[in-house]
Amino acid sequence: MRIALGPLLYLWPRARTLEFYAQVRDWPVDIVYLGETVCAKRRELRPKDWLALANDLAGAGKEVVLSTLVLLEAGSELGEMRRLVNSSAYPVEANDMSAVSVAAQKGGFVAGPHLNVYNEATLATLRTWGAVRWVAPLEMGRKGLEALQASRPGGLETEVFAYGRMPLAFSARCFTARAEALAKDQCAFRCIQDPDGRPVLTQEDELVFAVNGIQTQSGRVCSLLSQIEPLRAMGIDVVRLSPHSQGMRQVVALFHDVIDGVRLPAEAERALADSAPAPLCNGYWYGHAGMVSLHPGGEHAAQRA
Amino acid sequence: MELVCPAGSLPALKAAVDNGADAVYLGFRDATNARNFPGLNFSPEEAARGVDYAHRGGAKVFAAINTYAQPGQVERWRAGVERAGAVGADALIVADVGLLGFAAAHYPSLRLHLSVQGSATTPAAIQFLHEQFRIQRVILPRVLSLAQVRRVLGELRDVEVEVFGFGSLCVMVEGRCMLSSYLTGESPNMSGACSPAKAVRWAETPAGREVRLNQVLIDRYGAHQAAGYPVLCKGRFAVDGRVDYALEEPTSLSVIDILPQLMEAGVAGIKIEGRQRSPAYVAEVVAVMRAALDQCLRDPEGYAPDAGLTARLDRLAEGRTHTLGALERAWL
Repeated sequence: MRIALGPLLYLWPRARTLEFYAQVRDWPVDIVYLGETVCAKRRELRPKDWLALANDLAGAGKEVVLSTLVLLEAGSELGEMRRLVNSSAYPVEANDMSAVSVAAQKGGFVAGPHLNVYNEATLATLRTWGAVRWVAPLEMGRKGLEALQASRPGGLETEVFAYGRMPLAFSARCFTARAEALAKDQCAFRCIQDPDGRPVLTQEDELVFAVNGIQTQSGRVCSLLSQIEPLRAMGIDVVRLSPHSQGMRQVVALFHDVIDGVRLPAEAERALADSAPAPLCNGYWYGHAGMVSLHPGGEHAAQRA
Repeated sequence: MELVCPAGSLPALKAAVDNGADAVYLGFRDATNARNFPGLNFSPEEAARGVDYAHRGGAKVFAAINTYAQPGQVERWRAGVERAGAVGADALIVADVGLLGFAAAHYPSLRLHLSVQGSATTPAAIQFLHEQFRIQRVILPRVLSLAQVRRVLGELRDVEVEVFGFGSLCVMVEGRCMLSSYLTGESPNMSGACSPAKAVRWAETPAGREVRLNQVLIDRYGAHQAAGYPVLCKGRFAVDGRVDYALEEPTSLSVIDILPQLMEAGVAGIKIEGRQRSPAYVAEVVAVMRAALDQCLRDPEGYAPDAGLTARLDRLAEGRTHTLGALERAWL
């Protein structure tokens, strides 16, 4: 089982982003997804900067994948996506059907987590279009994954989102700008202030979501660190860790150690909780509400907190 | 430009047809459609009667099999497609790629409409799905501006475009929103339900009237505040210590102000949301939209939204108010 670092979902200042990926060179991650997937307006790194990072990380022995924007609206965004897919020397993660249509001409793409691959018929179709790996939908649990693994076409790897705030929804509206009472067109890139998203609480202070520009994320941080064994048993090839601003070196090390069998999952997950920007959750895995946190064997006793 | 109207039940279907629907859309009574709520939708027999009624009234019937077939259960969704073919539906509304492939292969004469849940927002995506599955119409997610809708239409050759015209406003790209399952375990994609009624709890408390979704507080109302259904994206939450509608306030989408622009752009269908609504609601919305559309068709250049019609719509609108949503930039 390999470790992938998912695309950076947040807007970090340019220097911080470059510094982060300079560190990634030495981490035990096998695959690195690069590129802006959330907001086309973000310009701390330009496409050529991402490409330079790609070359650098590939030189360090990482498998590099370039991720496309999830929500395409303007014609310019479509054009930029086309250029990215057509000119890339690296495989792409196609995050909408427009990107699939372009990537299918080249073949060898990753079907991203927002393509809504929920069943074996869709999975088989993606394979015929040239997908070589697919990322399961965030809300898909263990039972669904087992069913799809049982009928997975040959030549197709499976990747599962295993750490990070989950990107749950996308909108034309920018919720960070809304929180700042700014129009989207005059957003002033305020999301750069939120390296892990901006928390959204209920009126009784329960953390529910985090807003990240046009994206709404889970308030809690998904962790499947305690489920590495069942993931391996069902033949999952890759676990995706989504970058956060603090403790990522430790997060990667914990997953690496558990996969290598040198650390116990339960103990590692307790250590993981210390590195995460918010409490952990894993409800989707058990077929429950995504926000709940359950312990192995706890399929029937959903609890919050 | 067709008026495409919701039918959550046979009485609602009749109300829509009687009040001027050009087409009605309906789903079967299970998780294969995106309004899988208790007491709604059609048995195969009811659907057959509905098709008969609609056709005699000159209206088409679109069958929504528009959730995603769940792992290992593809046969249930395929059965929905077969049922729709058997009852004589004029078109299928489908989102799932696997199911599009099945319908295209086994029911080549049945028109395919790409559901809004299919999240196709660009000409490239739509054209690709047309080439793969011969989709003949796409329902656009509520994320594009009017200019972007025009651009999509300008580039499409063989696919019609339908846009939402009135009803509940999804703030998120349809088909890409898992907020509901994050809180309740059920989402539009997996089970055809957003903010499901069985997860809703109301309580009168000293702090006010509280509404929860699977125990999570969605909103709290004072004595004189109108309380709406707790769709989670329209709750009041705290960001940076300020409690407000963090995602969207209760409001409805209405395109009554821009019907001529949509017609001129070449939009083929205006969709009214609301299969979960009562037959009386459907009758009123369809009647108003029919009148507005007829006014627009008669004289597009002289069209101005009728104040009386707008007021009737606002009385039915969530929060008693309406917006153009993403169709105008100010909403973003």
